Amino acid sequence: MGRTHVDAVIVGAGWAGSIMAKELTEAGLSVIMLERGPERTTPVEGAYPESIDELRGAVRKRLFQNLSQSTVTIRNTMDQTALPYRQLAAFLPGEGVGGAGLHWSGVHFRVAPEDLRLRSSVIERYGEKFIPEGMNLQDYGVTYEELEPFFDKAEKVFGTSGEAYKVQGKIVGNGNVFSPDRSDNFPLPAMKDTFSASIFRDAAKNAGYHPYALPAANASRQYTNTYGCQMGPCNFCGYCSGYDCYLYSKASPNVNILPALRQDPGFTLIPNAHVLRVDLDSTKTKATGVTYLDTKTRKETSLSADLVILGAFQFNNVHLMLVSGIGKPYDPVSNTGTVGRNFVYQTITSSRVWLPSSTYTNQFVGAGGAGVAIDDFNSMNFDHGPLGFVGGSPVWVNQAGVKPIAAAIGAGGGGTPRWGSAYKNALINTYKHSLGIDAHGSNMAYRDVYLDLDPTWKDVYGQPLLRMTFTWKDNDIRMNQYVVSRIEPIARAMGATKMNLVHLNAGQPFDTRNYQTTHLGGGAIMGDNPQTSALNRYLQSWDVSNVFVIGSNAFPQGMGYNPTGMVAALAYWAAHHIRTTYLKSPGPLVKA
Amino acid sequence: MEPTLNRPLRRSFVKGLLGTTSFWMASGNASWTAALAAEAAQPYLPTFFDAMEYRFIEAASERLFPVDDNGPGAKALGVAEFIDRQMQTPYARGENWYMSGPFQQGPANLGYQLPFVPRDLYRKGIAGVEHYTRQHYGKGFADLPPVQQDEILTALEGGSVQLDEVPGRVFFEQLRTNTLEGAFADPLYGGNRGLGGWTMLGFPGARADFMDWVNQEGAPYPLAPVSISGETA
Ligand SMILES: Cc1cc2nc3c(=O)[nH]c(=O)nc-3n(C[C@H](O)[C@H](O)[C@H](O)COP(=O)(O)OP(=O)(O)OC[C@H]3O[C@@H](n4cnc5c(N)ncnc54)[C@H](O)[C@@H]3O)c2cc1C
Ligand code: SF4
Repeated sequence: MGRTHVDAVIVGAGWAGSIMAKELTEAGLSVIMLERGPERTTPVEGAYPESIDELRGAVRKRLFQNLSQSTVTIRNTMDQTALPYRQLAAFLPGEGVGGAGLHWSGVHFRVAPEDLRLRSSVIERYGEKFIPEGMNLQDYGVTYEELEPFFDKAEKVFGTSGEAYKVQGKIVGNGNVFSPDRSDNFPLPAMKDTFSASIFRDAAKNAGYHPYALPAANASRQYTNTYGCQMGPCNFCGYCSGYDCYLYSKASPNVNILPALRQDPGFTLIPNAHVLRVDLDSTKTKATGVTYLDTKTRKETSLSADLVILGAFQFNNVHLMLVSGIGKPYDPVSNTGTVGRNFVYQTITSSRVWLPSSTYTNQFVGAGGAGVAIDDFNSMNFDHGPLGFVGGSPVWVNQAGVKPIAAAIGAGGGGTPRWGSAYKNALINTYKHSLGIDAHGSNMAYRDVYLDLDPTWKDVYGQPLLRMTFTWKDNDIRMNQYVVSRIEPIARAMGATKMNLVHLNAGQPFDTRNYQTTHLGGGAIMGDNPQTSALNRYLQSWDVSNVFVIGSNAFPQGMGYNPTGMVAALAYWAAHHIRTTYLKSPGPLVKA
Repeated sequence: MEPTLNRPLRRSFVKGLLGTTSFWMASGNASWTAALAAEAAQPYLPTFFDAMEYRFIEAASERLFPVDDNGPGAKALGVAEFIDRQMQTPYARGENWYMSGPFQQGPANLGYQLPFVPRDLYRKGIAGVEHYTRQHYGKGFADLPPVQQDEILTALEGGSVQLDEVPGRVFFEQLRTNTLEGAFADPLYGGNRGLGGWTMLGFPGARADFMDWVNQEGAPYPLAPVSISGETA
């Protein structure tokens, strides 16, 4: 009966999958991309004015993963029973064509070069003893210089707006003084500062810090990208996060890649196709294809492929590896195995600053990627010696468009009323006259923070759920506290009449009930040692060389920046080496 | 600059010109027509809640979000109607929640672990509060004076009351969340009548174009809200 054969099968139609699909079809391969969720296109999902509907969008979570089909279990420590993540809250994974890339915000960073070699960098400056017991600090095995062309390529596909600091060794503008050299400018000028961001910029500068415009995959002008896909100028409608941009102004796979890809006869996209496993041969060193379930007809199909690309998002990639038997599962007790190792997240706390009642912050105005940040406390940009922690955090005002239901539900608490007339007063005052300042920081990897398969709960397909063992650790809590303490003088200089500085507290466990970010990382990390990384520096499985695993799963530890710029660059980096080396002679790109 | 959005709420509102919505309707979305028609029909007849339950929702949501100098409360905003209509949606049936057993309780920070979807929470929660109220106050919730209603809500919020199978705090949070949704969702769903919720906050609704107001040095946005169906305040 012969299985359908293709050159490459790609799991997941988000950024990672779409970039790989584009690259591999350009290389002349026949490609099938399988997406568990439905087809999504901007004329349908983004149609105005129905798209401008907070209840249907971010509140009822129309574009996010439907947990009734599959979820994860979560516990804080290894001695607890992990319980199912039954309602979306802490993080909001994507589902459907475009993945979370359809409903992301658009903050589009590169990487702080020293974050790629954080272990080496910390040891060089402070010695090996500086690294706390139990912290699995590692280098990526790839340098900024190697990745630079791929950051550049991604920005030109995303239509990224920003202000450069240094291009080809020359200082060209008012960008981030801590950012590394670039081969070229941003394709579009920076987004305008909202009022809130502009006063943060002034106050931060007066305090001696180095404010810069956040790089945003929101188009500050009209733009035609590398693939001929077009974007219109963003109008600060404020409906990025959780929505499909109705103006075609926010970069998404749907707007920036798929319109070109869909025209390629070598490319097939199959939505409503949930991949159950990667099929391996009897040696478990070669993938023969994948098996997926058509979620509409409930029919199972196996595809045969020479190359399998996992782009199903960080933890789904790890889940697929575990259920398929790719690589050795991580065991925290014996400290062996790699799949599930170094699971990380993002520290984030949002502080609030109130301005006089004559000043309106118009918080509904905004764009997901726009804002002003400082990097003075990010990465290795400051002296960690006397502080005694690893990692750091940008601080920013990123007014992305605050909606009324979200504002109302979140208002009150911390000693102030959560209902009644006094609550109403406070809500209205806060909505009209306040702004948020975030500390969006790194999260290090630890021996007892990891991913494996849950022993009890299953998804609707009968497969075990992925289990997350995760909590905040002292190093990261102290990092967050230090950085938040630096916000206070800036807030005062902004003319704060009141402020609520929010930081993580010592011993505070990870709470699954409040949205933090969808910046999960690690679990199938890249590196130069098969004992401590599941993937080599080209994101190729050390164990099954015709499987490449693309996503933030590759990050050995969390960084202060948002992940997607790095994910896109890694995808282009891996694709480049597949095209130039692997396809000519399939096999391991690095000798184990 | 004088804040224009602080003007007193206009109780009577001008309905948006239906003509301007015709292309949306032509695009085949019957729910809009239905929503507009439903809004016009008076009084609203609940389809999920019975009369007692509906009176409870009306009374409790008004205490959570009361009418005051700032503007309308839950009752005037149609919050009870909003919640009743939500009960007919996939959300209320928990269709996007992971609802497979076993259901094991754990620390609060690991999230919701009850086997109940919103429809169950309301059925059981209201029955529980009514029972509690009759026991302690000798009357149904809706017939108590506001001070006592507030006492009960405070007790639920504080977690000191267990309503048979549902912890009082869980029910309270469900009710608070849906009440605030009803106050601030697009009027399409039955709440936020006359755009009263948005007007209080100065939220412009579905305008979704602020090119000219990215930075006006802290001046309030000048336009009143518009809804998805074109209704203005
Ligand atoms: C509200 C929100 C705001 C965000 N804002 C930012 C931001 O400003 N900046 C930033 O850098 N990042 C941001 N992110 C994170 C960003 O969205 C992700 O980093 C990015 O989308 C990851 O891309 P990906 O391709 O790896 O995964 P995804 O975009 O998640 O795509 C993976 C796809 O795989 C599919 N899939 C999963 N399992 C299977 C399976 N078994 N079979 C078939 N298909 C499967 C999924 O349905 C999904 O469509 C945000 C995320 C959210 C939710
Ligand atoms: S803020 Fe800009 S990029 Fe975001 S959804 Fe609105 S128009 Fe699109």
